[in-house]
Amino acid sequence: MLGTILFFILALIAILAAIGMLTSTNAVHATLFLVINFTCIALFYLGLNAPFLAMVQITVYAGAIMVLFLFVIMLLGAERVQLNSTLRWQVPLGIVLVVALMVVSAVVLLSPEVSISLPSVAPVAADTQSEGSNYGFGSAQAIGEVLFNRYLLPFEMTGVLLLVAMVGAIVLARDEAGKTIHNLNPQADSESSAAD
Amino acid sequence: MFEETSFLVPTNYYIILSAILFALGVGGVLLRRNAILIFMSVELMLNAANLAFVAFARSMFNLDGQVFVFFVMTVAAAEVAVGLALIVAIFRSKKSIDIDELHSMEG
Repeated sequence: MLGTILFFILALIAILAAIGMLTSTNAVHATLFLVINFTCIALFYLGLNAPFLAMVQITVYAGAIMVLFLFVIMLLGAERVQLNSTLRWQVPLGIVLVVALMVVSAVVLLSPEVSISLPSVAPVAADTQSEGSNYGFGSAQAIGEVLFNRYLLPFEMTGVLLLVAMVGAIVLARDEAGKTIHNLNPQADSESSAAD
Repeated sequence: MFEETSFLVPTNYYIILSAILFALGVGGVLLRRNAILIFMSVELMLNAANLAFVAFARSMFNLDGQVFVFFVMTVAAAEVAVGLALIVAIFRSKKSIDIDELHSMEG
């Protein structure tokens, strides 16, 4: 019972934070609302026997990714965001579609076919062990065991993916070639213009 | 025993919450015109999917779902890095990140 009450409080905070992000006119406020939402999701992970993922969620999502967002917003000076679109009919249509999606997905997920296939409440307590493992379900050790045995190749692939993303971000975000060097060295700039 | 089970929330609740958060993320993509806010809405959708993954992982008593969430987070981090670099590049050339004004492909 206590767990359910906590769940509803956290769910309310998460949904209100998401709505706050959608309706905010300041990009920095929207980012901070999203941090609240991600922290709520990390707390849900704690309640779902995933303490390792909860910590990763806070460090990677609420920490690193949101700081990256804040960096870009402040770098571009794009804090002010206007709400109104150039297409007037788009806002009511979008709201109708979103409500329809919410209702339909709730109906489908609560339908008896789906509910029967799901074990209603998991028989997992904090100290139970997952099959074939000596460690608690969802602990860092158990995740590591699965990650470095069954999912070793995908794990290596993510390393390559992160390298590609890093190189791509550097290539995309830098100035046009040579521009920065000229600006740092005004003499060379004047020489090149004299040569022109 | 009673104290342990009293903290367990049915998986259905988590799935419904995940559906609501996902729909809100879709609404952000549909309604907002700012590229950065659209990106944040995509992150919201990814997190809703992650929540469903973890809920199903507990329900099925299987760690694969949690490992998959780990991979989704990695891909999301890479996607954000590249996407924000793209936004910076677009802002340099167009002086705006309003996607309504980005209807030409010329640089």
